[in-house]
Amino acid sequence: MTKKKNRNVGIVGIGMTEISSHKEDQNQPEMINEAVRAALADAGITLKDIDCVVHGNMELFEMVHQPDLWHMIGTGALGKPEFRITTGGTTGMTLIAASDNLVASGMYDVVMAIGFNKLQEAGSTTGGITNMADPLWYRHLQTGALTSTSANMTIEEFGAERARKAAMKHRIMMDKHAGLNERAHRRLGLEYNQMEDLMKNSPPLIGDLRLIHMCSQSDGACVMILASEEKAKKISKKPVWIRDHIAVHREETASNAYFPILSENSHRAAARKLFARNGITNPVEYFDVFEMYDPSAWWGIEWLRDFFLLKGDEAIKMVENGDWDLDGKVPVNPSGGVTASNPISATAMLKPAEVALQIRGDAGTHQLKREVRHGLASGFGGVMWTELMILEKDLNWQGV
Amino acid sequence: MNTCRNEISKDCFVVPGKMALPNQYFAGRVGSKFIISLRDSRKILGVRCPKCKSVYVPPLEYCEKDMTKIDENWVELGNEGVLTNYTVVNYRDAHLPRKVPYILGMVLLDGAETPFVHIVSGIEPENVEIGMRVKAVFADKTTNTILDIDHFAPVEE
Repeated sequence: MTKKKNRNVGIVGIGMTEISSHKEDQNQPEMINEAVRAALADAGITLKDIDCVVHGNMELFEMVHQPDLWHMIGTGALGKPEFRITTGGTTGMTLIAASDNLVASGMYDVVMAIGFNKLQEAGSTTGGITNMADPLWYRHLQTGALTSTSANMTIEEFGAERARKAAMKHRIMMDKHAGLNERAHRRLGLEYNQMEDLMKNSPPLIGDLRLIHMCSQSDGACVMILASEEKAKKISKKPVWIRDHIAVHREETASNAYFPILSENSHRAAARKLFARNGITNPVEYFDVFEMYDPSAWWGIEWLRDFFLLKGDEAIKMVENGDWDLDGKVPVNPSGGVTASNPISATAMLKPAEVALQIRGDAGTHQLKREVRHGLASGFGGVMWTELMILEKDLNWQGV
Repeated sequence: MNTCRNEISKDCFVVPGKMALPNQYFAGRVGSKFIISLRDSRKILGVRCPKCKSVYVPPLEYCEKDMTKIDENWVELGNEGVLTNYTVVNYRDAHLPRKVPYILGMVLLDGAETPFVHIVSGIEPENVEIGMRVKAVFADKTTNTILDIDHFAPVEE
């Protein structure tokens, strides 16, 4: 099934705060306001030009109900139509997908999307997730967002040594990328000769998932401004076009309660459908950059296979060969990814934001050396909730 | 687990729950300065936007209308003002700060443009009138919260 857009939508403004573990000198509206001001300045417009504000975070972590209302003084939404969206970890991308739909539909010309989390205020994200899990089946059993399912499956398929090495190589590569990104939260300065040591000595969390594999808890906000083609061309010299996006969600690790285990996860289903309807037959060849929501290094190496529709050990081989590195076939996470920076509901928005900056050539210290024309960004949340988005430098794919 | 009480549902369990979710909130520099002023000087501060001249209390870092940085443009407001509206809280709840009935009022402080919500005390609900002058009564013991103002009380004429 092809998806037709009523009109084209461009990204015209991008703003983000520095991502850090403690934003102690700002409260929530102030942190959001910093990103709002940055996005407006990037677009060269003012709040008067914004027709609608879409706001989202992962609820409960900041312990503020209806945060969009309390944050009105930071969002600039006073007197404007406003939506609140919360789809767990995917929120940041759902905000962009929804904003794209709001503009493409013709409802609004210029929409501002705001994603944030301030996880240092939560105290314990695991506490939040387990305390509010389904009381009958999962509240006593859930281990927050931590799981070793992916590690177990990868080890079973490729053997412990190869799997563990690939996961650690991916993790160190992400840290090296984060080291180039001045906004990244954790820049540990890891080297590849630390692989064996980390595989043995990083504190174990669950099964084969160790502390070094796992994403951080960060504070930060991201804001993006989307505009109709007509407005986008007036506002920005280099709007980045949102070509298409898709959402696929299931809850397959809750399989015994809700679903049978399916042969294809939500990432693969999303990639298969999205690429098919856009005529992309070889995604490794097509995309110049991929920003992936990789909550752990294990998920990172597992999901690369799904997102690029690869088979067998093709994706692992590409990890081993450095094909996902900045100078490789498809640079993955030049931002440093989610293991470096994770202010949850800004996280998924930082993916398309980073891709758009790479396409514009405005990524600064971590700008890719190659020309970036075609970008891919993924969001992830819930148990398996995928949002996958294609971004383009040029408006030339119509009729494909 | 408990079971339900009704005869027809006596075999149905109730899963008991009590959530323990510790959390914190960073007040920010601007909010903290406001609280420190209440605590140490017993003065209510606002900020004025130099561009549009709006006065904000509680104070903001940036003007919400024109995004001007205003967090260094502090103005001292009066600790007195006019009650512009009020309501009477009559239901009991463990989470409420006072024994019922108590009054929540909106106080337009002298020098402010927008009213400030707080508890009004020292007067019976039936005697409260919109337009009456009230003044801040500070708490004996500081908690570094907005309750460093204990309540607003009628000004003796």
